[in-house]
Amino acid sequence: MEPILQVQHLTHTYSVGTPFQRSAVEDMSFDVYDGEFLGIIGHTGSGKSTLIQHLNGLLKPTSGQILLHGRDIWAEPKKIRDVRFQVGLVFQYPEYQLFEETVYKDIAFGPINQGKTGEELDRCVREAARLVGIRDDQLDKSPFELSGGQKRRVALAGVMAMEPDVLVLDEPTAGLDPAGRENLMANIRDYHRNKKRTIILVSHSMDEIAQNVDRILVLKSAHVLMSGTPAEVFARADELLSAGLDVPQVTRIAMKLRERGLAIDPAVYTVEALERELLALRGGETVC
Amino acid sequence: MKDAIIETKDLSFSYPADEGEEPALVLKGVDLAVEKGSFVVVLGHNGSGKSTLAKTFNGILLPGGGRVYVAGMDTSDEDLLLAIRSTVGMVFQNPDNQIVANVVEEDVAFGPENLGVPSPEIRKRVDGALAAVGMGEFARHAPHLLSGGQKQRIAIAGVLAMEPECIVLDEATAMLDPVGRREVLSAVHKLNREKGITVVLITHHMNEAEDADRVVVMDDGRIAMDGTPREIFTQVDQLRSMGLTVPDTVDLLDRLRKDGFDVPLTALTVEECADAVYGAMAK
Amino acid sequence: MLKDITLGQYFPGDTVAHRLDPRTKILLVVLYIVALFCADSLLAYGILALVLAVCVRVSRVGLKALVRGLKPVVFIIVFTGILNLFFTPGDQALVEWGFLRITTVGARNALFMVLRIMLLIMGTFLMTYTTSPISLTDGLERLLNWMKRLHVPVHELAMIMSIALRFIPTLIEETDKIMSAQKARGADFESGSIIQKAKALIPILVPLFVSAIRRAEELATAMECRCYHGGEGRTKLHVLQYAGRDYAALAMGAVITVGIIALR
Repeated sequence: MEPILQVQHLTHTYSVGTPFQRSAVEDMSFDVYDGEFLGIIGHTGSGKSTLIQHLNGLLKPTSGQILLHGRDIWAEPKKIRDVRFQVGLVFQYPEYQLFEETVYKDIAFGPINQGKTGEELDRCVREAARLVGIRDDQLDKSPFELSGGQKRRVALAGVMAMEPDVLVLDEPTAGLDPAGRENLMANIRDYHRNKKRTIILVSHSMDEIAQNVDRILVLKSAHVLMSGTPAEVFARADELLSAGLDVPQVTRIAMKLRERGLAIDPAVYTVEALERELLALRGGETVC
Repeated sequence: MKDAIIETKDLSFSYPADEGEEPALVLKGVDLAVEKGSFVVVLGHNGSGKSTLAKTFNGILLPGGGRVYVAGMDTSDEDLLLAIRSTVGMVFQNPDNQIVANVVEEDVAFGPENLGVPSPEIRKRVDGALAAVGMGEFARHAPHLLSGGQKQRIAIAGVLAMEPECIVLDEATAMLDPVGRREVLSAVHKLNREKGITVVLITHHMNEAEDADRVVVMDDGRIAMDGTPREIFTQVDQLRSMGLTVPDTVDLLDRLRKDGFDVPLTALTVEECADAVYGAMAK
Repeated sequence: MLKDITLGQYFPGDTVAHRLDPRTKILLVVLYIVALFCADSLLAYGILALVLAVCVRVSRVGLKALVRGLKPVVFIIVFTGILNLFFTPGDQALVEWGFLRITTVGARNALFMVLRIMLLIMGTFLMTYTTSPISLTDGLERLLNWMKRLHVPVHELAMIMSIALRFIPTLIEETDKIMSAQKARGADFESGSIIQKAKALIPILVPLFVSAIRRAEELATAMECRCYHGGEGRTKLHVLQYAGRDYAALAMGAVITVGIIALR
């Protein structure tokens, strides 16, 4: 797979030269591959928010580089807006950014800034709305009349409609109830499956990350602590826990079972997989 | 049953509707008695009426039908409002929108100041309340520089300084990260355990209900389920039908039972679940 | 960018400057302003600058923070300076260059004017830096208490002011966030004509307004839950009480002000 985004020795320091000086991101390097679903996890203050605002050029690195399709995004600072169309960023609680009279117009804001017009614009808006489950008859409503969960979808569609190569989502399900969370994640998975575009999902929830992504990047106090497939990362559950991070509940059950002497694969992190493991174990015992 | 601190009798409520539209009932005859000193979790998906219910507990919303009593006082009686609100304190979802002052201790003092408590007594209450939520060292800090979990603990201290008998947390953990959520939960559990303060926790995070005395599940403006966490979480199918999830521990046990394992559904915590599974495997 | 605004910021501390009664500090600032407007000699300005320097030292507020407070008004200071420098009529020309003519009086006026504005701003900021907004509004409320008899809603105004101060940092942070979110959707705030720039603000102002209203509603509910019912029967955590140091500070302030007036 080709890297689409490359983060190279990225450092970002706030308030340089004051007593409040601190590095939110320090010498971070990693690649994001074309078409992958990457999860980023870490505590508040681990540098997640600062990191993702570099990916679309909202923040400028103190040192280091971000390469998009192999080119430094700051090579031509005047063209930074083009980068923002290629790397779409959805902030936490994005519903607070809605401002237009109708849902349709709000979703169209990004594409219009991009220079899209006519049929192409209409197609982008309608497609994005469909992807997040906004019905046609809701497009002419005021976004402020919608429920909280629907507002969130409209805001998400507003970024998807720019058809970015990389979609970065900061805690897209924060504050939603379990059903709302699962629905929204299903929409996002559909988008990934249909569009084959790269997604970066930032989340606090280990369970949410475990269930959705191909690869995980774990951040800890401004550095990359580990990266790998969910199975690889959760197999190092001890390290995660001692770094003060959560692991999925299933991983913890599996750990406890291993402590009690059952031969369970350390890489198990979903209920289904643990069930399979246990069934296999029981099957094996009956054969003996 | 012991004394009820909050009691609703056939409580119904609807928000004012647009002109020409029938107002929709958000609460449809809720009968609930919250026992003094208990820790009650109210679960429900968005729109189930759980937050509306919470707001009737101290007269922020008044019943459309039926009655709500706080320590025997009718919340519809305007003369009792201050007594009711200092008995049942509320903490809301957005930490930023309930902090009044620029300095932590001044914010905590806001409630007792409104109640006309003498200054030396306010001082004592503020220090006590901040210590009780583990925020004593932040007394002179500016609240907007604190983390979400710390802000919510300040809000709890602000309620505590009114010396309430009951604290209602209206989705107070919804906007917090896992660390903040743990901070708030352990603070309220401690208040419940050590000071005997009744806690009503409104949430949609199932795992916050694990340590409760009682779980009430709201659905479509009614109480759909009511019991101990163990009784509630074993009703896997019913919970799912109401848009709620069950903890992975219960999910696993449920699947294993269907696979013919001899495990109970009541092992809620990771430790209990591992024990149960191990026990079944060892047989 | 917006984070540079220091208005209403408070640096907690426990120095004499912090412990003075807010009423004392308000009165001292008033005295200081009177003195500034009466000062008309280098000596007088020297004394007033020294007074400020001593207060800064005592308050342990960094000089840097104080100077940063001047940033937003640099333009006004420079402008007033230049205006006075070049356009004060006088006989003695210090420099003459084409139609530009700097007189001795002009140079003097310009220097005094710049000093006056800078000292005034720094003096006022020193008060807000060392006084929590709550006790500041508290002090104002108490100082203006007599106006209640004229049916001026002093308590309500003070409450409005302290809440406004409390929410300034929150709203600044929110503005930053909304701006970033709209920039991520390709919003452009820098280029274009003035009208285009004004139009570009709509995507920021509408969400900000909507959110401010939501915040106000939620705050009102939260305040009601904490038994707020106006100023009637309200007590205070910190009861304002003049102490020995307040009388001493006020006496010193009065002496210096009278001295400056006498120097004229």
